Amino acid sequence: MKHEISSEHQRYLRRGKRKTVLVNIARLGLLALLLGLWEMVTALGWADPFLLSSPSRIIKTIASLYTEGTLFYHIGVTLSETLIGFFAAIVLGCSIALLLWWSEPLRRILEPYIVVLNALPKIALGPLIIIWCGTGSRAIVFMTILVTVILVILHMLSAFMAADEGKMLLLRAMGANKAQVLLKLVIPSSLPAFVSMLKVAVGMSWIGSIMGEYIVSRAGLGYLIVYGGQVFKLDLVMAATVILCFLAALMYFLVALLERKLIKSSES
Amino acid sequence: MKEILAFDNVRLTYHTKRGEVTALNELTFSLREGEFAAMIGPSGCGKSTVLSLAAGLLKPSEGTVRLSGSIGYMLQRDELFPWRTIEKNLYLPLEIQKKNTPERRERAKELAAKYGLDGFLKSYPAQLSGGMRQRAALIRTLVTEPDLLLLDEPFSALDYQTRLLVAADVAHILRSEGKTALLITHDISEAISLADRIFVLTARPARLLASHETDFLSNDPLKRREEPRFSGWFETLWRELNP
Repeated sequence: MKHEISSEHQRYLRRGKRKTVLVNIARLGLLALLLGLWEMVTALGWADPFLLSSPSRIIKTIASLYTEGTLFYHIGVTLSETLIGFFAAIVLGCSIALLLWWSEPLRRILEPYIVVLNALPKIALGPLIIIWCGTGSRAIVFMTILVTVILVILHMLSAFMAADEGKMLLLRAMGANKAQVLLKLVIPSSLPAFVSMLKVAVGMSWIGSIMGEYIVSRAGLGYLIVYGGQVFKLDLVMAATVILCFLAALMYFLVALLERKLIKSSES
Repeated sequence: MKEILAFDNVRLTYHTKRGEVTALNELTFSLREGEFAAMIGPSGCGKSTVLSLAAGLLKPSEGTVRLSGSIGYMLQRDELFPWRTIEKNLYLPLEIQKKNTPERRERAKELAAKYGLDGFLKSYPAQLSGGMRQRAALIRTLVTEPDLLLLDEPFSALDYQTRLLVAADVAHILRSEGKTALLITHDISEAISLADRIFVLTARPARLLASHETDFLSNDPLKRREEPRFSGWFETLWRELNP
């Protein structure tokens, strides 16, 4: 369908576009202003750059990490821990949620355990994790899974349980068995919930991996932050935090992209 | 003519933690092949329970339900799966019943074409009007060629005007396919305009209060509404439901 766009509608569209541009300019402007102020305050000596660091010192630190050849090593360590933990938690969490959907007795038996595990601050298990998994990446991946998996289970289980009653009745009247109800109705109708769960799980898995690196680690961005804090190299702390911001935003952006694709293909 | 569905002295009691509710008691009726029957009763009297029993989704607490043949179920809302195209929605019962053969799919497409859905096969349900969606839901019910159609207030979610048209549409399709149907409704005039036989149920626990055979000249629901005897039937049924 092609419409002739009226000049009134064109004006409306132009106005909308102009607003978006203005918002983007304001966003960038705010960032520039904050960075500029930060740089100025430390350069003029109004604040101690040793305590506050500064944008230029952060860039210098990142550059020196790069020339030392350790920048991508640390990023790689944290990123792989996060991604492995993230995907493992998704697979494990969805499988457990499916199992709980399938079996009502199991659901009722395990409910209090899940509630308690959800409420428990996972960092309390730190010492146990070190003893069970050692002090390497395994412990951090384990922590990431632990932090993320409960959320995945709860989110997906409630999505599975929310499958439409009427469609369920219809399928049963057609003679569908449980596996068919699962494949034809429950899983496809949970797809939007799956994607929104991914968005939350991205954040949780970063929390898990950095928390893990705080407790035990010899490498990674969380390690750089803890180490930098201990030896009072705040430039290093800030640099690692900035990199972390970029990575987390990138991962979130990728999931948002996936969401847009899935929604488009389901609406088409 | 052979009996497709027979309820003999059926009682059904629901058990919940808060207690038990007897929805039906001593319900006896039967439906012959080719009949278009409607079942009316006060709201909440357990009409939908009758369909669940007929479909075998519930087992009677007492008495017997005999069904010879297969059923197709149509609900209040169209219940088309929004992530499937109309075509894929039509194939759903074939997939479930493992009858998804090229011949059956061809037959489904023929039905769709015959009743004006062929232009919409690749569309998604959200792109169709309420009336067209309900028609698609009916075709979906027909693709497995059921011997008995169970219609659970299939028009009540539509606005009045669409409802008259869709009811006429459904009646036309069912009659030209020669289907046996049991329609549950709380709308007296809908029952009169559509059915050859009308069962009247009492309030809960529901029993059969009366069984009527209508005597209209036309089978077209819209024409029936214009026949003089229409108001006579309405009054009879109204009195039975509101003694």
